[in-house]
Amino acid sequence: MKNRALYLIFAAVLVLPFAITNVNFQHVMIMFLIFASLGESWNIITGFAGQTSFGHAAFFGIGAYTSTVLFYKFGVSPWVGMLLGAGIAAVVSVIVSYPCFRLRGHYFAIATLAVAEIIKQLFVSWDYVEGATGISIPVVEDSFIAMQFHGSKIPYFLIGFALFFLIVMVARSIEKSKMGFYLKAIRESHEAAEALGINPRKYKLLAMMISSALTALLGTLYAQYILYIDPFMVFSLEISMKIVLLSVLGGLGNIYGPIIGAAILIPLSEYTRVFLGGTGKGIDLMIYGALIVLIACFEPHGIIGLLKKRGKKRGALYAKTNA
Amino acid sequence: MPKPMLEAKNLTMKFGNLTASNNVSFSVDKGEIVSLIGPNGAGKTTIFNCISGFYKPFSGRVYFEGKDITGLSPYKITSMGLTRTFQIVKPLKEMTVKENILTGAFLRASSRSEAEKIADEILKITHLSEKKDVLAGSLTTADKKRLEIARVLATKPKMIMLDEAMAGLNQTETKEAMELCLNLNKQHGITLLIVEHVMEAIMPISNRVIVLNAGEKIAEGSPEEIVNNEEVIKAYLGERYHAKSKQTNRRV
Amino acid sequence: MLLQVLLTGVLIGSVYSLVAVGLTLVWGLMDIINFAHGEFLMISMYTTFWLYALLKFDPLASLPIAVGVVALVGVLTYKLVVKRVANAPGLMALLATFGLSLFIRNLAQFLWSPNYRFVSESLLTDKRFIIGDLIIGLPQLVAAVGSFAMTLIIALLIKKTKTGRAIQATAQSKDIAELMGVNTERIYAITFAISGACVGVAGALLANTFPVYPECGAMYGLLAFVIVALGGFGNIWGAFYAGILIGLAETLGGFYLGTQFKYAIAFLIYLLVLQFRPKGLFGW
Repeated sequence: MKNRALYLIFAAVLVLPFAITNVNFQHVMIMFLIFASLGESWNIITGFAGQTSFGHAAFFGIGAYTSTVLFYKFGVSPWVGMLLGAGIAAVVSVIVSYPCFRLRGHYFAIATLAVAEIIKQLFVSWDYVEGATGISIPVVEDSFIAMQFHGSKIPYFLIGFALFFLIVMVARSIEKSKMGFYLKAIRESHEAAEALGINPRKYKLLAMMISSALTALLGTLYAQYILYIDPFMVFSLEISMKIVLLSVLGGLGNIYGPIIGAAILIPLSEYTRVFLGGTGKGIDLMIYGALIVLIACFEPHGIIGLLKKRGKKRGALYAKTNA
Repeated sequence: MPKPMLEAKNLTMKFGNLTASNNVSFSVDKGEIVSLIGPNGAGKTTIFNCISGFYKPFSGRVYFEGKDITGLSPYKITSMGLTRTFQIVKPLKEMTVKENILTGAFLRASSRSEAEKIADEILKITHLSEKKDVLAGSLTTADKKRLEIARVLATKPKMIMLDEAMAGLNQTETKEAMELCLNLNKQHGITLLIVEHVMEAIMPISNRVIVLNAGEKIAEGSPEEIVNNEEVIKAYLGERYHAKSKQTNRRV
Repeated sequence: MLLQVLLTGVLIGSVYSLVAVGLTLVWGLMDIINFAHGEFLMISMYTTFWLYALLKFDPLASLPIAVGVVALVGVLTYKLVVKRVANAPGLMALLATFGLSLFIRNLAQFLWSPNYRFVSESLLTDKRFIIGDLIIGLPQLVAAVGSFAMTLIIALLIKKTKTGRAIQATAQSKDIAELMGVNTERIYAITFAISGACVGVAGALLANTFPVYPECGAMYGLLAFVIVALGGFGNIWGAFYAGILIGLAETLGGFYLGTQFKYAIAFLIYLLVLQFRPKGLFGW
């Protein structure tokens, strides 16, 4: 029943850029896929396991830099870089999370923010990766191996869709499995989880590893799509916060939240930029900010909350989103 | 002579200068229902936390089925078959009753369907089947306490430590909780260690009673012995209760 | 030289402290992260700048006005935005204040352009003490002393006055405070006003030496998060000492490792300290 809703979303997303061939629209769809996927990845550690991360840009940036540096310095295919980046992100996430998981609540959230800022500073002053200047990815002819396509946005869209599909399915199978239940138990009560035989640290680490590896995949796609990266862009607090915001906006802790949130926030930010940006006066971000405030004030339970209110019994709905 | 199921030896717990438990020793045999009573601040919950791994005792050892479990993490102790409930209930609020129980069931189940089977069984035993799709956060106090037991039951424990599972319940609810405890013990062979304030509830179902006061064990014996123990009466029960509990005992 | 570096650290740290004190009050009281806190600081700096540019007010004379303006912004933020999201689940309040910060920052850019602006002449400009090898800029010294004084006033206010005790009670338990007859709505609004007043003072003092532009509050806001957590949420003196510590870490790190690392060092200090004090230096 609910599977049908999900497959309907997949089908609609897949068809749209072919139906509406406007380039701006295709661009918005690609950004939507990237950020919806980022939200899904983040949701695993924050929505399911309840460990708020304000620093996911760190993993996004690691993904972007790994593939970019490998291609730029050694001509390694970004596909290889993508997988390697995911691996490195997973390792880094374990190294930084292991000590941080002792911290609870906001103390943990601020720690993730601190970690991301430190990593950004390191990249800014790391000459081997061109420091603050950033790296322009050498342009080559259209090639799947080099993940570069200049004639059309559709190939980027399809890669984005494949990643989106993969990540949503991973998130969904986690949610339905033992791990999903364990993560939610940890979120609801650390002590109760332990009394049920759950090792919170092990499961939080596992969730963090998966979440950051998936996040890194998108960093590579983003870098290949924009063809330029610098530390202020890919490690920015703005990226971390955008991931948080769209997931919160959609509704935390279930796989539909980030998709809904991204479907609202990304067109909002991209179109305000297209139509109102460019003057350098910041009207686009002003309106974007104001709209976020309005949504938060008038729909404080997230869009999912709104749907729930409309839905029937709470229990029935829960069964629907979880079964 | 067979080894006791649970053995606490000279447990002492200190918080700064405060000694919450002082040199407490006792044991629980397989199949028993043992109650741990005492006035507020007697150190009952502290003892629970030391045994279940939430505190690391200052000194003393804890043995479960002959194995030293002192200082092990709570989740390891649970997976060995000893688990606990909490005085302040900790429902997994944003999950339904059934999902709460499923979470516990995954400890012994190797697949989701096996876990579902265990959960359905537990729902039946604990009479929560009708509420299985209700969010745990919106249950009544009595049902939350019941769910607290149901959830740990799903981990298929050999022994459960119940921390005030009946506090705050009305008479009918207390009676139901008592029956549940007896059922778990008699039908399912689960050993119980119960911390409780509601004397009427636990005196009749306990095999043995241990009395703590100001962090020390002051008495141990059958319910009859305890209610007649002068020191216990003086320290804790008081004359009024003394008379009342005799009545209760007669009824049982 | 080391002495000079330490002194600089303490002076800037004192201002960080005041900004963080404003943040920690709201955070401790309502468990709400005000992402627009840095933008409040920016508003104060612009207020000071425009009073100087248009009316030739000295920043020190503008200080009370800036305090009033930002306190008002604080109250409005509470009444119009925070109040509606205070009881929402999860991070919705964060979402709202983040949107607000974007709005304020870009409104400033829209109205006044992204250009850097300076208060080029004031009572304090270019005045300095020289004691042996030490150079102490008067603007920095006044900023530090003023910030410390304001922190002291806030601490006394919270501790000694009836309103202050009501704030403490509300932070402990909103329900119980209400039972005791505290109008918690009013307390929240007042706390936002006090929080705004803190950055109002800080902004006016900073405008003496720092450029004014739409992004000028952002880094202070970010550092304030770390300082608040480092000090322990809701703990005023915790925020004060943590602010000094971060100021020192930043200047020492900048001096020995290069200025590009100064913020990284500050963040690293947070991570290290929290390994030993998981709830902050003065957390309970």
